[in-house]
Order: sequence, then structure tokens, then C-alpha cells
Amino acid sequence: MATITDNAAPARHSHRDEFVAFVIMAAALVAVPFTGIYPYFVMQALCFALLACAFNLLIGYGGLLSFGHAMFLGTAGYCTAHALKVWGLPPELGILVGVAAATALAVITGLVAIRRQGIYFAMITLALSQLLYFIYLQAPFTHGEDGIQGVPQGRMFGFLKLSDQTTLYYTILVVFLLAFLLIFRIINSPFGEVLKSIRENEPRAISLGYKTDQYKLVAYILSGGLAGLAGAMKIFVAQNASLTDVHWSMSGEVVLMTLVGGLGTIFGPVVGAFVIIAMQQYLAQFGQWVTVIQGGIFVICVLTFRRGVIGELAHYFKRSL
Amino acid sequence: MQALYAQLLVGLINGSFYALLSLGLAVIFGMLNIINFAHGALYMMGAFVAYFLLEYAGIGYWWALLLAPLAVGAFGMILERTMLQWLSGLDHLYGLLLTFGMALVIQGLFQNYFGSSGLPYAIPDQLRGGVNLGFMFLPIYRGWVVIFSLVICLLTWYLIERTRLGAYLRAATENPTLVRAFGINVPRMITLTYGLGVGLAALAGVLSAPINQVRPLMGADLIIVVFAVVVIGGMGSIMGSIITGFALGIVEGLTKYFYPEASNTVVFVLMVLVLLVKPTGLTGRAN
Repeated sequence: MATITDNAAPARHSHRDEFVAFVIMAAALVAVPFTGIYPYFVMQALCFALLACAFNLLIGYGGLLSFGHAMFLGTAGYCTAHALKVWGLPPELGILVGVAAATALAVITGLVAIRRQGIYFAMITLALSQLLYFIYLQAPFTHGEDGIQGVPQGRMFGFLKLSDQTTLYYTILVVFLLAFLLIFRIINSPFGEVLKSIRENEPRAISLGYKTDQYKLVAYILSGGLAGLAGAMKIFVAQNASLTDVHWSMSGEVVLMTLVGGLGTIFGPVVGAFVIIAMQQYLAQFGQWVTVIQGGIFVICVLTFRRGVIGELAHYFKRSL
Repeated sequence: MQALYAQLLVGLINGSFYALLSLGLAVIFGMLNIINFAHGALYMMGAFVAYFLLEYAGIGYWWALLLAPLAVGAFGMILERTMLQWLSGLDHLYGLLLTFGMALVIQGLFQNYFGSSGLPYAIPDQLRGGVNLGFMFLPIYRGWVVIFSLVICLLTWYLIERTRLGAYLRAATENPTLVRAFGINVPRMITLTYGLGVGLAALAGVLSAPINQVRPLMGADLIIVVFAVVVIGGMGSIMGSIITGFALGIVEGLTKYFYPEASNTVVFVLMVLVLLVKPTGLTGRAN
């Protein structure tokens, strides 16, 4: 049976292709404020790109499809927003609170979810995130339907004024690039190799003596924590935390971004996030047609384009990207 | 006490929908190895077909009860033939992604044309009013939904577990290649199975139309609860799905009475507890 990621590239020890692609990506992103592209759009896309990369860490390398990643995005968002607005914490501590909350959530939900695999794992994560959605709907600190609005951006480390758009842009870019490198490092570490072996053949990994549940749990926690980082950063861009970020449709969007870009590719989630966010931006006036088009992209991707944009490129040029 | 019985009845009704939907999911999963994310959208379509029949053709509830499942079932079979069948041999997760996409398309289209608010659908004349049972007042339509759903569930169980067709079906679930070697058209059975599962969802939609109104997103949240029901019950047995569906509906109804704040979440909390105690689900086999 073909696994969900047939993007697995031949194992090599030099990472020249990835390095070149990373430099191009970083250079392009650094240049954005000089190009006249609306930075708000790019910042939003970067947050989603980070979220999609975190999601991809789990599905692409651990073979676990989470249909509930919105719960990390939303939890970190709410906690960061609350810490900034109500507790008056500085941004760096606010981010820390958000990431810690998402990581804690990942530990708890992970212990439940990794008890099943495959399709059940997807249904369980979806149900858990729906459970959280209802909790946030009723919890007083989230302000229900209104959400937490007007979150102050503050000064990072006391001197980075995040209300200045260029400063905010580069702060988000630095966080994104660091997190991206961290994910790259995780994937190529011995831990990442074990994870891939579990994805390919779990019984064999068990027979080799690996405690696969522990590896899956750690991957899930890392993924949740990084998704939380995306949620925390998103607060500084949007300046509000709302129920949309915990809704199942958000989880679906993350899946779509990664699928479009290429499951199990390193740069795919980033490309996918930019494509989907750009599409939403341009089609915003068409209301519900956006949902229809997104659904259509899902269908077309699954039927004809399973490797995604980057996966197809990598396959064609026989590179690993 | 009146309120308790009323909530129990609401619970039983929700339980009937859980049972009908999770039954369909289990049957489809058995044959196609796909979790049908579009199940909620097709349930909604069932309600809409009933609404269209009444609004544009003057065809009432009783015919809708027959025609809507047939129409939506046929639509499902087209989906299976044109799209789902290309996924055989691929990872199960692709089926989930594909049907999720289909659900988005269907729900988005209906939202475009009908907005998000509910359209009323009247209770048929024969089922109006209620009877006083002494300990509670029973609206006839609600009683009808529970009993009719139960009958349909048991008929489906009989069809699959006790008839020759069901035996082919079960055999094809276990080993499609061997069943094909005996000259049985397995691809056609797969299509029919999908049609049957989808038809059950549409039937639940028609039953629900007079109670919950006809809304484009009526199935979107329901399907997530049904997923939790399926995780709790396991998809191993037909009877298991039926019993779990009704039981969870009752639990939800009781929660609504005793601790209303948790009524939205109780099924999910139970899912967590079941996963901690018996990860394969109550009737599931280790796989």
C-alpha cells in the first residue's frame, strides 16, 4: 500500500539543494518590505507557513494525520493574547506563555490520540479540537464569540517596537526562519530518521527495539509546540484571538496548505501556505465560493496531484526539497 | 421530572441520528476503507431534497422519506464511481482528505444559494400533535423518529448479517480478491455499499428536517460528534454502532438535564475516557 508520503527522497548526506533553496527563500522574504508587497499579507502567510510546517512534521515524517492542529494555534493565540492584554506581559514572555500552553495541550491530547493510528488518529484529533472549541466558546477569558480584541503589541526585549510594521515583519521573519531551521534539524536528526522508519513500517521499527509510541508522542508534542509558536506570532499580526482559530475549518485549511505544497517535503508547506493565503486574499469578495474552491482544490490534489507543488518539482528534478 | 423525560427524548432522537450515521460510516469503511467525511454534507442534502420536493414539486414527507435517500444515494454512487474508486490501493488518509474536500464543496454551494439560516419544514399532518403518556407529553413526530430509525437500523443489521447479499458483502470486506474469483462483481458491490451508507445518511436528514430545520451546515458539526461515536464504538460491528449511537444520545440527553454546560462536550469526553481504558473502542478488534 502506498503510504501518504511518496515524496521520500533518497537518503543523502549533503543538503546542498535544501541549502540553496533556503537561501533563496530567506533572501526573497528579507526583500519583501522593499518590493511594495503588502507586508500584512506576508506576515500572515508566514504564520500559517510555520503552522503548516509544524503539521507537516507530524504527517510527513511521522505518518500521523492530525485533523485538529487548530487547537494548538487557537490555544497559544488565546493564552498569548490574554498574557499580553490582561497580565500586561512583554511580548517575549507572552509568546512563551502561548507556546507553553500549546505544548502542555499537546502532551495531554497526545497521550490520548497516539493510542490509535491512521484514520482513527485523524478522527480523534478532530474530536479533541472540537471539544476544545466548545470549552473556549464557554470559557470566560476567551470572551466567547467576541474573542480577545485590541491586543497590545508592546516592545520585544524592551527595544523592538512591534507596532512598527517593518520591525514586526522582521521579528516574525526571524522567528519563522529559526523555527524552520529547527524543524529541518529535527527531520535530519537520528530522532527524525527513527520517525521516518516508523512511518514506513512500524512493526519493523518495534522489532528493532524502538519504543515507537514514545517517538510518536515526542513528534506530536514538538509539532503542537511549534504550531503554538505560529499561533502566538499570529497574535502580533492580527491583534486579536478569536474562535475561528480553533474551528475545525482552520484545521482543514492547514491540511490543505500542506497537501498543495507537498506532504513530507521541506519547503512544500511554506509554498502551500502562501498559495492558499493569497487565494483567500484575492477571492475574499466571493464569500462562500472560497470554501467551494478550497474543497475543489482538495479533490483535485488528492485525485491528480498527490505530491503537491514542491513534491512534483522534487520528483521531476530528482532532488529533495 | 417532565424536563428529564423531555431531554431523554431529545437524547434518543439525537441518538437515532448518531446510529444511522455511524452505521453508514461503518458499512462504508468496511467495504471502501474510507472514512466518509462527506457524510454530514450528504445528510444535509437529504434534508434539502425533502425541502425541494415539497417546495417545488409539492411532494410531501412520506414520499420524501423514500425519494430523498434514493436521490442522494444515487448521487453518492456517482461520487464513488467518478472519484472515490480511484483511491483504492492508496493510503486510507487520502480518502479522508478527498471526502473532506467533497464536503466543503457541497456545503459551500448550498451556503451560497441558501445562506446559513434555517429553512422550515413542516411536520406531516398525520404525525402532528402529541399524546400524554401520564408521566410525560410525547410529541408524536419525535416518537416516530426514534421508532422508525430503530426499525431502519435493525433492517440494515438484518440485511448485512442475515441475508445472502450481506454475506457477500461481509466476505468482500474480508477478502475482495477471493470474492471476485467466485464471480461476484465486487466493484459494483462497493458502489452499492457507498450508495446504501449515503442513503442512510440522507434518510436521517429527512427525519431531522422538521425538528432541526434545513440548514447548509446542519451536518458539519454533527459529523464530528459521529466521528467520536465511531471512535467510542469501534467500527467492527453493525450492532455495536447502533447500540453506541443510541446510548450516547441518551447520555447526552441526561447531561443536558443534569449539567447542561457539558452537553456539547460529553461525547468527546467519553471518547477520551474510552481511549484511555480500551483504545480499540467498545466493540472494536485490535487491528
